Amino acid sequence: MHIREEKAERHTLAVIVDNEPGILARIAGLFTARGYNIESLTVSEITADKAVSRITIVTSASPATLEQIVAQLDRLVPVHRVHDLTAEGDHVERELALVKVRGTGDHRIEALRLAEVYRARVVDATTSSFVFEVTGGTSKIDKFLELMAEVGLIEVARTGIVAIARGKDAA
Amino acid sequence: MTEKSGADILVEALCDLGVEVVFGYPGGAVLPIYDALFRSKRIRHILVRHEQAATHAAEGYARSTGKPGVVLVTSGPGATNAVTGITDALLDSIPMVVITGQVPTALIGSDAFQEADTVGITRHCSKHNYLVKDPARLGAVIHEAFHIATSGRPGPVVVDIPKDVQVATAGYAKPGPIQHKTYRPQIKADRAAIEQVVDMLAAAERPVLYTGGGVINSGPAASQLLQELAKITGAPVTSTLMGLGAYPASGPQWLGMLGMHGTYEANMAMNQADLVVAIGSRFDDRVTGRLDAFSPNSRKVHIDIDRSSINKTVRIDLPIVADAGHAMQDMIHVWKARQHPKPDIAEWLRRIEGWRARKCLDFPETGPNENNGEIMPQRAVRALYDATHRRQPIITTEVGQHQMWAAQHFGFDLPNKWLTSGGLGTMGYGLPAAIGAQLGNPNALVIDIAGEASIQMNIQELATATQYRLPVKVFILNNEYMGMVRQWQELTYESRYAESYSDSLPDFVKLAEAYGWKGIRIERPDQLEAGIAEMLAHDGPVMVDCMVAKLANCFPMIPSGAAHTDMILQANEVSGTMDDEAKALV
Repeated sequence: MHIREEKAERHTLAVIVDNEPGILARIAGLFTARGYNIESLTVSEITADKAVSRITIVTSASPATLEQIVAQLDRLVPVHRVHDLTAEGDHVERELALVKVRGTGDHRIEALRLAEVYRARVVDATTSSFVFEVTGGTSKIDKFLELMAEVGLIEVARTGIVAIARGKDAA
Repeated sequence: MTEKSGADILVEALCDLGVEVVFGYPGGAVLPIYDALFRSKRIRHILVRHEQAATHAAEGYARSTGKPGVVLVTSGPGATNAVTGITDALLDSIPMVVITGQVPTALIGSDAFQEADTVGITRHCSKHNYLVKDPARLGAVIHEAFHIATSGRPGPVVVDIPKDVQVATAGYAKPGPIQHKTYRPQIKADRAAIEQVVDMLAAAERPVLYTGGGVINSGPAASQLLQELAKITGAPVTSTLMGLGAYPASGPQWLGMLGMHGTYEANMAMNQADLVVAIGSRFDDRVTGRLDAFSPNSRKVHIDIDRSSINKTVRIDLPIVADAGHAMQDMIHVWKARQHPKPDIAEWLRRIEGWRARKCLDFPETGPNENNGEIMPQRAVRALYDATHRRQPIITTEVGQHQMWAAQHFGFDLPNKWLTSGGLGTMGYGLPAAIGAQLGNPNALVIDIAGEASIQMNIQELATATQYRLPVKVFILNNEYMGMVRQWQELTYESRYAESYSDSLPDFVKLAEAYGWKGIRIERPDQLEAGIAEMLAHDGPVMVDCMVAKLANCFPMIPSGAAHTDMILQANEVSGTMDDEAKALV
């Protein structure tokens, strides 16, 4: 006998929650308890009074499971609303990465040139290293990191995806 | 505003919420609350013998009265012992508020004596939970906890209160109606969807109403509405384990329970239906059997107050998020306003009569490998029914074969009379649930139909019944096996009975007497009636040890991984083996 797996689609969800203690554990725990995937999860307060947070979750699941994920999130008491940004229409996704590269001579010059192409900013420099700040979609950052690996990539810190619907209306 | 201690605020808030009974067990981290209860004298505290029993007693109280059950336990082991009952209440949607003591806020996270991360542990087995760090918030949190526990899809809510918060003082005023920021369950159905389901019911040739615990949770009026809906549409009614009693078992359109141990007629009707209207039921795996063969030719309507129940396992053609009672009321209203005649489904009802004629609940009067003179467990349940049903008893059960026999052979004509652990399947539920039910219904006849294995899981509660002079009855179907485990081993593992024999059983009669109960043993069929009569004649608690056929199996049964049409009706249809796919299913 073999364990079967369903075909998955990648979706980005925005979950607006009351900023109460344990809310992140509640959401992360829901995903593990019910066997859903989390590819990326970011969270931050979004109102001046710090009462509300926005959690962006990238998950892959079958369409039926995705419907369940949204419904299960929505029934948590502190959740205001859940948006499946991927299903609801066009949206913008961005990620920020801090990328440390070490090298001298040609490697150093090549790293700077590539950074320019990718519109990465130098936010720290020594005579033998740079820290670049790069923002963009996941694939752009993946590609940038691939190139940096060839010129002396040391370390990377990524925020994970944040996303928002296009157009004039709130999701 | 004069300030009060957190403990006094808690007790006053509970009084304001109409709480009459609390099931609990004291300990270091709740001493201030116990002192406040002692001084107030306004709430009755029932001292259980184990915190798990406090939660089941609260469930029994809640399920039989419709009011929330309240539990009070200490930190650490008090809270962890309550976890099984909290999870049970979550799976069966029972309104319950559990107050747990916690170590003082300054000690949280220090591995202090009797410290456990109660909110962490209960986060995913409760509907919601709170750690209250400010006595000024305590009153509002308690009111909110009751609101959440009792509204929408009911469930358990845990409130963890550190000991210093119980001692510190703050003001308290009874809050007005709660308008929660984020939690707003949808009670009323979408009007268009109601009209659509009415159209579908009016046009269906082979309709079935498939009802569940949501109808019971909606209140007694919902059970009346279900009967009216069934009457005007003519649709036959089946129910899950949790929904028994919402439509009377003596009613003309009753098909019996459906699912794994449901009736042949209920499962065949589900299989052949062209329209299934699910009301407050959730397409549980015990109900559906093999999913790809579940009711293959029907359109499916699902009325549920919890949106996440819809499309969870079975694809639904028409989802309706609403309270079961409100939705049925709206359906009846639309049906009558349109003056729909009762649909002609005579042909469908004739087919159902054909299935009913198989008499799937019939059983042999003697056990499979035994001499005459043994009591069949089904016969014992029927004898109990015959002797008591006029008194409309409240029946609780433990978990296993006896539970299914009780569900099959004890007919329930009213809601809130059948208390059983359905979703979690918790052995040890029945005795404390009976205690809770008896407290909520002092004049009712309350009987725990038990198995000799399950009853031992909370047997210490015999003392609780004695202490509070509760005349509960425990009727043990004693087959000296964890019968359902043994049955599965017979069906799946060629009768290799690994660890399922109930060895070294206590003498239940002497045990009962040791706790101040009356003990009765029934060993032969000719003692059954008299034994039951003796049990009923005694005005205190009675434990009956009814010896039944050891190897009797619970049929009908849909084996795991099988379709509704593949029911085992009799013992001679058992093959004794199963393939790995079936073995891997629960």
